[in-house]
Amino acid sequence: MLIDVHAHFYHDRTPRADWRERNASRLRAGEKIGITVHVGSILGSWGRTSPIYFPSPADLEYGNDALLALQRDAPTRIRGYVTVNPNYIAHALAEIGRCLAAGMIGIKLAASRRASDPLLDPVCQLARERGVPVLHHVWQHRRRDWPGQEASDAVELAALARRHPEASFLLAHIGGGGDWEHSLAALRDVANVYVDLSGSGVDGGMLESCLEAVGVERLLWGADLTLDTAWAKLRYLERLLAPEDLERVKWKNAARIFPRGAFPAD
Amino acid sequence: MRIDVSAFLGAYPYRRVPGTSPDALREAMDRVRIDAAWVSHLPSLFWRAPGEGNAWLYETASAERRFQPVPAVHPGLGGWEDALGEAADHGAPAVRCDPTYYGLDPAGAEMRVLTAACGAARVPLLLAVRLEDARQRHPHDRASELPAAAVRALLRSDEDARLIVTHADRAFIEEVHFGSTPEEAARVWWDISWIWGPPEDHLETLLQTVGVQRFVFGTGQPLRLPEASVAKLDLLELTPEQRAAIESANAREVHAG
Repeated sequence: MLIDVHAHFYHDRTPRADWRERNASRLRAGEKIGITVHVGSILGSWGRTSPIYFPSPADLEYGNDALLALQRDAPTRIRGYVTVNPNYIAHALAEIGRCLAAGMIGIKLAASRRASDPLLDPVCQLARERGVPVLHHVWQHRRRDWPGQEASDAVELAALARRHPEASFLLAHIGGGGDWEHSLAALRDVANVYVDLSGSGVDGGMLESCLEAVGVERLLWGADLTLDTAWAKLRYLERLLAPEDLERVKWKNAARIFPRGAFPAD
Repeated sequence: MRIDVSAFLGAYPYRRVPGTSPDALREAMDRVRIDAAWVSHLPSLFWRAPGEGNAWLYETASAERRFQPVPAVHPGLGGWEDALGEAADHGAPAVRCDPTYYGLDPAGAEMRVLTAACGAARVPLLLAVRLEDARQRHPHDRASELPAAAVRALLRSDEDARLIVTHADRAFIEEVHFGSTPEEAARVWWDISWIWGPPEDHLETLLQTVGVQRFVFGTGQPLRLPEASVAKLDLLELTPEQRAAIESANAREVHAG
C-alpha cells in the first residue's frame, strides 16, 4: 500500500481551465506509481475569488464540497483534508465538524495565520478530540514575510505542536522550497510532528538528513504538485531502507495517525 | 542507452552532499542505469579560476570510460582559448561556463566571444540556470540565476553557437524557444531535470510544443537525485524512439555537431 499524504485537486471555480485534466493526470500518474490513496485538499477557489492562502469561508465550503464529491466518486482512491481559515474560527470549527462527518480524515491549515498563533488552538483541540491529523503548510526557514501568505516555519509549527502534544501534525513538503535543514533541526525533539516528504525538491542528502533528524517512524510519503519527484524519492528510499521501514514511510506511519479505517488495509 | 549530460564530481560548498566522489557517481549511475555521464568539477564552479579544476577532471574521466569531461572555461581570464582547445583535444562533449557564478555579465562581451569561439570550434557550450532552488540557497550563495534573455542573446550572437541549458523550468524554456527564430531555437538543447511532470505535465506539454528533439537527459546529480529524471520519463507515454532520443540520441547529435 502507498499513501500520498499531500495531494491537491481542483474544481470548476478555480482559475484553472484545465482543472479536470490536472485531477485526471494525478490519478493516472498515481496508478503508474502504485498510489493506493491520495489524501488531498483544495485551497478554496485557488485564488479565483479569494487568495489561495487566505480563502474566504464561501470558497472553503465550495472547495471542501468539491473534494467530498471527488471522494464520493472514488472512495477507495481519494480521501480529504478539510481546509479551513482560522481567522474565521467559528466557521472553521463548524466546517471541520461538517466535513469530518461527511468522511474527511484530516485538517489542512495553509498559511492564513501563523502556526504559533493562539487562534489555532481550538482547531488543534478539535483535531485531538476527533483523532485526525493537521497538515500544516510550512515555508522551510522563512526569513521574511512573503506576499500572499502568512507562512509558518518549523519552529512555529513546533511551538504549536508542543502546546498540543496529543495531536498529530504533518510538516508540509520538506522538499517544497526553503532551508529544510533548518526545519529538521527544529523538529528533532517534537515527537508529534511528522515530516511529509513531498515537494519538487529532490536534493541529494535530504532523505538521509530526514532519517537522521526524526527517524523513520516520523516520515510520510507524499507528492504535492510533482508526482515525478515523489516517485524519485520513493525509488531512492527503496534502496536506502529495509523493507519493513519502507512500509512505514509508504503507509504504516500514516495509518497510525489518521483515523482508524481511513485506508483500505487499515 | 542513457546519457546524463549534467553530473558533477567534487564537494559542494554550501551544504553536505553525499555521493560526490567518482566511485559514488559510478554507483549512482549503476543504480539508475545511466551508461555515460558528462561530468563537471563542482568545486571549481566557485573558484576564481574555474579552469584549475580541469586537469583533475580530465585525469578522473580518463580513468572511467563512462565519464566524459565537461571542463570549465572562464572567458574573462587569460588563456581561456587554450582551455577551449584543450577541451576539443580531449574530445569533451561540451564545455561549461556559469557566468553568474564567475561574476560575468551572462550576455556580455566575454560571453559572446566565448560563444563565438565555441561555435567555431564546434564545441557545445553548457550553461546551468541554477543549481539549487532559489528559496533554499545558503545566505552567502548569491549568484543570480541565468536569465532567459541571456540565452536568447547568446543564440543570436553567433549563428554557429550551440547551447545546452540545464536546470531550466517550463517558463524559461518557452520564453527562449518562442522568443527565438526557428533557426536559433534549433541550436539549443534543454535537460529535463527541472521540468515538472504530472499532474502539471510541463514536460509532456513541452515535448509537444517545443519538440522531443530539443530535450536531453540530465540529472544534476549528486546535488539532486538522478531518480527524478528517470521518473519523469517513466510517467510519460513515449514511443521507444522518442525515449531514445531524449535519453541518448539527442545528446549524441549535439556532441557530434
